[in-house]
Amino acid sequence: MKILLNNREEEFAEETMSVTRMIELKKFSFRMRVIKINGTLIPREKYDTAIIRDRDNVQMLYLMSGG
Amino acid sequence: MILIMRFPEIESHLKKFRAGIAGAGGLGSNCAVALARSGIGTLVIADFDVVEPANLNRQYYFADQTGLLKTDALKETISRINPGVSIITCNLKLDESNITEVFAGCDVIVEAFDKKEMKVMLIETVLSEIPGVPLVVGSGLAGYGSNETIRSRKIDDTLYVCGDEATTADDDLPPMAPRVGIVANMQANTVIEILMQRK
Repeated sequence: MKILLNNREEEFAEETMSVTRMIELKKFSFRMRVIKINGTLIPREKYDTAIIRDRDNVQMLYLMSGG
Repeated sequence: MILIMRFPEIESHLKKFRAGIAGAGGLGSNCAVALARSGIGTLVIADFDVVEPANLNRQYYFADQTGLLKTDALKETISRINPGVSIITCNLKLDESNITEVFAGCDVIVEAFDKKEMKVMLIETVLSEIPGVPLVVGSGLAGYGSNETIRSRKIDDTLYVCGDEATTADDDLPPMAPRVGIVANMQANTVIEILMQRK
């Protein structure tokens, strides 16, 4: 499937995948993040069950301490 | 889109709006001052902390305000800069149970916390409890130098992020006035851009 990840097109072999799986596949490090799929916020506790599908628009931002 | 407008027109437009400031530390105090100078109508400032000497390397407070509640100190400073700004202070620790009430009626909210867990809590609460209100997040501002890594991104109409999204403040990479001030002012700049597009 192809998805938009932070406005960049990315291709995955999977037909669908959980948010957790995408994080594994992309080898994203453990950091505090917020993820939206097609504009809908995915709470952390739903990363295992929220499914990303072909053509989805996935937005991710990292939250770093300091202010 | 930037419309050509004279400052008095911008100021009188911004006067119609209310901005919420979640946290009055380095990001919140500097952002609030920039919005006050620009003519924002009302600021809702929420924080529970007092001014400490260690804050003065980056936060918009003065040595003689040490020991005062940050909300009270910032209200006093802003009233000296622009007495036309209405300031509502909330001396409390923001959490899931009070954010909606504190920021009710705000046209835009600025996330200005220090800890990443608090940032996520605020984002999740605002997006689920008060959807549609734009939230401007600060993330990644520690250390000095590296101007080019600091950026501003629009996720969508209700979520914006300013900062490098990479550096974490700690003892070996302290938050300092220049980079904190850059991000805080980028947040203020984003707030103004959002509000200038409103009728």
